Amino acid sequence: MNSISTMITTTTSTTKAATMSESKISARNVQVFYGEKHALRDVNIEIRPRSVTAFIGPSGCGKSTFLRCLNRMNDTIASCRVEGSIGIDGENIYDPKVDPVQLRAKVGMVFQKPNPFPKSIYENVAYGPRIHGLARKKSDLDDIVASALQKAGLWNEVKDRLQESGTGLSGGQQQRLCIARAVAVSPEIILMDEPCSALDPIATAKVEELIHELRSNYTIVIVTHSMQQAARVSQRTAMFHLGLLVEENDTDKMFTNPDDQRTQDYIMGRFG
Amino acid sequence: MTSHIFSAYDEDLKYLNRRISEMGGLAEQMCGDAVRALVNSDAALAQKVISDDVILDHAEREIQEKAIVTIARRQPMASDLREIIGTLRIAGDLERVGDLGKNTAKRVIAVQGTGVPRKLARGIEHLSELALIQLKEVLDVFANRSVAKAEAIRQRDEEIDAMYTSLFRELLTYMMEDPRNITTCTHLLFCAKNIERIGDHATNIAETIYYIATGAQPEGERPKDDSSNTLGAVAE
Ligand SMILES: Nc1ncnc2c1ncn2[C@@H]1O[C@H](COP(=O)(O)OP(=O)(O)OP(=O)(O)O)[C@@H](O)[C@H]1O
Ligand SMILES: [Mg+2]
Repeated sequence: MNSISTMITTTTSTTKAATMSESKISARNVQVFYGEKHALRDVNIEIRPRSVTAFIGPSGCGKSTFLRCLNRMNDTIASCRVEGSIGIDGENIYDPKVDPVQLRAKVGMVFQKPNPFPKSIYENVAYGPRIHGLARKKSDLDDIVASALQKAGLWNEVKDRLQESGTGLSGGQQQRLCIARAVAVSPEIILMDEPCSALDPIATAKVEELIHELRSNYTIVIVTHSMQQAARVSQRTAMFHLGLLVEENDTDKMFTNPDDQRTQDYIMGRFG
Repeated sequence: MTSHIFSAYDEDLKYLNRRISEMGGLAEQMCGDAVRALVNSDAALAQKVISDDVILDHAEREIQEKAIVTIARRQPMASDLREIIGTLRIAGDLERVGDLGKNTAKRVIAVQGTGVPRKLARGIEHLSELALIQLKEVLDVFANRSVAKAEAIRQRDEEIDAMYTSLFRELLTYMMEDPRNITTCTHLLFCAKNIERIGDHATNIAETIYYIATGAQPEGERPKDDSSNTLGAVAE
C-alpha cells in the first residue's frame, strides 16, 4: 500500500496554516547530507512559540538530525552538510554572521542520556552562565543556579548538597540537572532528544510536568519514541519517515485521526 | 487494514468484534421472538426472551471489561482507539435493544387475555420487520465496515418513524371505538414504541461505524423523530 506514489508525495501542506509572524522557528526546504547519504529531504515546518512540538517517527528517519539543525549542532559533524534555511525569529541561523556559540545559548539542548559534567551540582549549572558572562557577582550566579534548579524541579532535592558531584545523582535527577543547565543560560528554545528514554515512570512524569511548566516561557521541541509521551506533552506533532516530514498536525488530531497513512501505521504499531 | 506488529493486539480487537457480532445476533433474535410471542400470545417464548436478556447484559459487561483492559495494555491510537471506544458504544446500544425486546416480552402476559387484533398484529409485525432489517444490516455493515451503507441505514430510519406514526394513529382509533380496548392498546403502543426505538439504536450504531471508519461524525441532520408527539390534534 505504501507504494512509490505515496513515498514521493511531498511533505504535507499542514504547515502553511502557521504564518511567519506566529512561528518561532521557520524551516524552509531543509536538506541534510552525511557525505553521500541524503538524510533529510526538503523539510518545511513552522514551529510555534511558547508551545511544545513533538517529533516522532521510526528509528533512523532523521528526527535527531533535524533537531540538531535547529542549533547547528550538525556543524560539529565533519561529513554533515545542511542546505535550505532555518529562521529563528526571522533570522537565518545559517547566516555566516551568526555565532554558533551564541546561538546555542539561545537554543539549548537536552540529550537522551543525562550527561552532567564530572563536577559539582552547582558547577554544572553555573558553567553556562559564567562563560556567557551572565553574572557579574558570585551572588548573581548563586541566584541563577537556584532559579534554574527550581525551574527544573530539582531544587528541593539538591539544595543542601550543591557541592556534591552531579554524577552522584540518580538518572532522573541527572536529567533534570541537565535541564537546569539548559535553562540557566536563559534560552528561548529548548531542544530535547528523547529526554526520558532512560528514566522510570516517576522521573518521566517529573520531566513531563517540567516541560509543561516551561512551555509558558520557552519554545520546546522534543523527540520521543513514546507516542503516549508525545500525546501527553505536545500541542503539535510532526511525523518523520525516511527523511521526509510526512505530517505535521495538532497533537489531538494526530493521535485520534491522522491524515497520513504512514503516520497511522506508525502510531498504531501496524506493519507499514 | 494492515496487522499489528504485536499480534496479540489483533487478537484483542478480533475478540471485541466477535463479541459484538454475537451480541447483535442475540439482540436481533430476542426482538424477533418478543414480537412473535406478542402476536401469538406465546408466554413461554416471552419467558425465553426475558432470560436471554441476562446473557446479553453479561456480554456487554464482558465487552466493557475487555475494552478497558485493552486500552490499558495497548494504549490504542487513531482508528484503533476509535474502534475500541466505538465498540463500547455499540455494546451499549445492543444492550438497550435487548431491554426493549424484554420489555415487549413482559407485556405478552398482559395482553394475553384479549389477544392482539389481527390488523394491529400485522402492523406491529411489519414495523418489527423494518426495525430488524435495519438492525441486521447495521450488524453486517459492522462486520465489513462499509461507510456508504452506514449512511444509507441512517437515512432509512425515517421509514420506521412513519410506520410507527401510522400505527399510533390506528391504536388511537381502536381505543376511541371501544374503551375496553384501552388496556391492550396501551400495551401495544408501548410495544410499538419499543420497536421504533430499536430503529433508533440501529441508527446510532450506523453513526458509530461511520465514526470508527472516518474519525468524523456523519454530516447532515439525522432524520427527525417520529411525529406522534403532535398527533393528538389529528385524531380528533
Ligand atoms: N553522524 C552521522 N554520520 C553519518 N550518518 C548519520 C549520522 N547521524 C545520523 N546519520 C544517518 O542519518 C539518518 C537519520 O539519523 P538520525 O539520527 O537523525 O535518526 P533518528 O530519527 O534520530 O533515529 P533514532 O530514533 O534511532 O534516534 C540515519 O540513516 C543515520 O544513519
Ligand atoms: Mg535520534
